[in-house]
Amino acid sequence: MHSKTKRSLSELIFDYSNVLLMLVLVAITFYPLLYIVSASLSDPTLLAQHRGLLATPLGFSIDAYIRVIQNPSIVTGYRNTIFYVGAGTAIDVTLTTLGAFVLSRRNVLWKEPILFLIIFTMFFSGGLIPTYLLVSRSLGWVNSPLALIIPGAIQTYNLIIMRTAFQEVPYELEEAAKIDGANDFQVLVQVYLPLIKPVLAVMILFYAVGHWNSFFPALIYLRDRNLYPLQLFLREILIQNQTDSMTTTTATGDVQMVAETVKYATIVVVTLPILVVYPFLQRYFVKGVLIGGIKG
Amino acid sequence: MATAEQTVQQTAGRVRKRFAGLKPLEIVARDWRRNKYLYLMLLPVILYYFIFQYVPIYGSVIAFQDFNPAKGISGSTWIGFQNFTNFFQSFYFGRLIQNTLVISLLDLVLGFPAPIILALLLNELRWGPFRRLVQTITYMPHFISIVVLVGMMVDFTAKDGLFNTLISQTVGGQPILFMQKPELFPFLYVLSGVWQNIGWGSIIYLAAITTIDPTLYEAAMVDGANRFQQIRHITLPGITPTIIILLILRLGSTMAVGFEKILLMYNPLTMQTADVISTYVYRKGVLEADYGFSAAVGLFNSVINFTLLTLSNRFSRRMGDTSLW
Repeated sequence: MHSKTKRSLSELIFDYSNVLLMLVLVAITFYPLLYIVSASLSDPTLLAQHRGLLATPLGFSIDAYIRVIQNPSIVTGYRNTIFYVGAGTAIDVTLTTLGAFVLSRRNVLWKEPILFLIIFTMFFSGGLIPTYLLVSRSLGWVNSPLALIIPGAIQTYNLIIMRTAFQEVPYELEEAAKIDGANDFQVLVQVYLPLIKPVLAVMILFYAVGHWNSFFPALIYLRDRNLYPLQLFLREILIQNQTDSMTTTTATGDVQMVAETVKYATIVVVTLPILVVYPFLQRYFVKGVLIGGIKG
Repeated sequence: MATAEQTVQQTAGRVRKRFAGLKPLEIVARDWRRNKYLYLMLLPVILYYFIFQYVPIYGSVIAFQDFNPAKGISGSTWIGFQNFTNFFQSFYFGRLIQNTLVISLLDLVLGFPAPIILALLLNELRWGPFRRLVQTITYMPHFISIVVLVGMMVDFTAKDGLFNTLISQTVGGQPILFMQKPELFPFLYVLSGVWQNIGWGSIIYLAAITTIDPTLYEAAMVDGANRFQQIRHITLPGITPTIIILLILRLGSTMAVGFEKILLMYNPLTMQTADVISTYVYRKGVLEADYGFSAAVGLFNSVINFTLLTLSNRFSRRMGDTSLW
């Protein structure tokens, strides 16, 4: 894109300040995460006495992690979240794929009005209260995992991205499969899905991350703590400062110090699974996937 | 979005041509015979949108009722615009509008351009691996949950937290209780949002940049254009349609500041600047069970959002040829 010819002085200055600026941005973005990891592995007493920045753990202790994985709330939350992520993502991706595929086909008589009604919901919706009444009263899903899985199953934006991906597959492939006697469902599963695997992978990631990080539906629909996802327990620990359940066993003087490292360890335990997975899918984000959003 | 419109029209044209000379009922019957599998596959999707999108839209008529859940919509008393006038006359009305606007406009000014600038700067990085590193790192915060983000803010801004320690070591003075200062709330909300979303938001612009014809740059270099001129006259115009589409959407949600993050961030001390329309709806409806009233506030908000979206779309269509529909 850029010439290999000699850069002018002003361009050199621009390049260097650009790199510098990017380094600052990287530092601002990355440092809080590094701090949390380092603090979580630090010795609680040293950390409590320490003031200021931190690049590596002070001393070394995995006490906090042991406390976190022994905490029944975290264990329950983890189990529930894994269930919500698994079941939710499976349903989300299935429904989104079906909708996107059908609405990408040619010669479907009712496609136009259906597409309009679907896109309309991106710009106008019934809002929180009617949805809340529907789910909690009409459907009676209070304290039901269904309330966390079904109501947000299709994100219309994702459906449009996927529809664009299906549209880009040459139509001849469908015709060829049809001549071989395949029905529409077989065309989707055997011909089209394998061809849009990268988009499918990104959809799975988007929906899975959405479920993993979601807390609001659980907050309003669940009363039973045994059904709580991780994020709700996390809210108690981080924001409402209830680390009691994890600190009661320590000698009273140490409670506060341990609580700090436990908080950081909890963040790591809850966030790490996603941060580990996502870089592997990163290359798909720009290429092809979000372009669907622009074109669609 | 504009191309979605075109494909819809093309399909309509093709369908009409195929069925030329047939009676409407025959058309429907033929379409069903041909596409019944497709319609069966679409059925769960239609059910989903009907139940979870259109039933709530119908349900928002309780905004015009003294809604009693035991009696349902058909049994509750209709009270016209009473819920709306109650809201307009309440003490909260002015404060909620003001808070929503302040937070939203601050986000428009700081949050909207940030990813565009980042995308332009990333595009100018010459060394690929460094660029990918910057991308990987800046996308990361997007995957952090709001609960963790707010938890980090609470922890870092605490009296003996990271921020105050750094301030006392460099500038000195009393510790600042960031999360308890109403005047700081909009900034904390918006800046934490920029931190979380600047990288992720830049992806769509980077994608748009990749669609720019490379020969434009070659021609510009032959003409002696320097890098700034190339950014100014090729890259920026190349992504302008994307910017406009996203700006229309963004303006359309000027009054739609979400409740999830604020719900976790606010406290009685910051309520006076932090309480926005959506958090008020949540408190009135979900916590206080004042359904008709809160649905009215929510509907008022939805209608404003939709109007803003339509207006900004119309404005953009008049100014150029970029529009959502």
